Amino acid sequence: MDTTVVKTSAENKRWGGGTEPLKTSYGKMMMWFFITSDALTFAGFLAAYGFSRFKFADSWPIADNVFTHVPFIHGNYPMIFVAFMTFILIMSSVTMVLAVDAGHHMKKAKVTIYMFLTIIGGLVFLSSQAYEWSTFIKGTYGAVATEGGNILHIMDADGNQVALKDFAIAQGSDRERHESRTGLWFTSESTLPSYTFEEVLDGFKANPNLVVRTTYTGEDGHKTTLSRSESLRELETKGKNVVEGANLRQNEYGAPLFANYFFFITGFHGFHVSIGIMLNIIIFFNVLIGTYERRGSYEMVEKVGLYWHFVDLVWVFVFTFFYLV
Amino acid sequence: MAADAHKLEIFRGLVKFKSNTQKIWGVLIFLSLVTAIEVVLGIFKPEILNVQVLGMKALNWIFIILTIVKAYYITWDFMHMRDELASFRRMVVWTGVFLISYLIFIILQEGGYIESVFANGFVKTDF
Repeated sequence: MDTTVVKTSAENKRWGGGTEPLKTSYGKMMMWFFITSDALTFAGFLAAYGFSRFKFADSWPIADNVFTHVPFIHGNYPMIFVAFMTFILIMSSVTMVLAVDAGHHMKKAKVTIYMFLTIIGGLVFLSSQAYEWSTFIKGTYGAVATEGGNILHIMDADGNQVALKDFAIAQGSDRERHESRTGLWFTSESTLPSYTFEEVLDGFKANPNLVVRTTYTGEDGHKTTLSRSESLRELETKGKNVVEGANLRQNEYGAPLFANYFFFITGFHGFHVSIGIMLNIIIFFNVLIGTYERRGSYEMVEKVGLYWHFVDLVWVFVFTFFYLV
Repeated sequence: MAADAHKLEIFRGLVKFKSNTQKIWGVLIFLSLVTAIEVVLGIFKPEILNVQVLGMKALNWIFIILTIVKAYYITWDFMHMRDELASFRRMVVWTGVFLISYLIFIILQEGGYIESVFANGFVKTDF
């Protein structure tokens, strides 16, 4: 697709410059080589994620229990929102490739429209990811962590998870958050959870229909739920503190490592998307002021397009390994 | 390569499109279909697919194969790898595929080994 690329006069001299080995222009080839190396980076991250998952095979959180939110709708809808995000990204890939195609035919107006749509798609995807992160960080139900660092979820008799605030019995604690300005200046602590472990335990005892779901996955692929008496013993002997939401240290959905990988890999992908949007905006304005029209070639659209498709390609794998498998 | 020299056949010539634009929409429909299958399987998780095949659930194998299928069509049709010279295509694709397969094999092997140490050794993690 180099018809429109300006050729130099040294065309027929193999070593005189101006020839294109592999019939690909320099810029496009280097973009491909960058993509190969970036693919290896992402492969490294996803392989590391796979390593930890294989290592903690029986206690890794199940994505269906974690990513269940859809904006503006209450309830439990796993997969729906992330499927929407995937579709948005594929869609913006399509408008990008349409822009490249219009560029080959030197149709400036069409390239402009398709580039604009691509940018919008990218922005929608990024906002969706921001929503995904914020619900993940905020948490939904709250959980109890054990001495060994495992996470216990509280369930009702129907097998639905119950939020701590729905049954914990508040007892009014004097415990305040330690801040470095009020005490030892060289230590600090994060925000205290809304309930103490004792309040949760008392509430659990007072509601005979509540049981505990453990960190461990059973034969059927679901997390094991304990009987009432086992649940009580589990909470009393192993329970240590209350966990609400997820951050780099603790995670109410399961292993903190899961949250770490989630923030790191989707964050790194989101960073790529942001860079892609910036490049797309630069190209969009260049198209608008006619830079490529004057140059006689829209190849720059194609090169940035390659990067944008690569971002989509990576998301396809992130989607599989974080949400499906 | 002229701008109209796109290869317009997908599925090894089973489907041939009239123009590049038409091919793009065709590939979009195919990719959406594959994603829809993945999502439906992910929500319902049919019991029959829970059998172990080569050390992993059959369902997970289906997800991974469908992902690679999607990756193939994004690379070949959206990124125009289909239209590049075979030698250039191999330079990019084979390098990546070889290194990534090697990395995944060696790292997952190690992860599985450590898991077996946790499961069968004398390491206590639940207290």
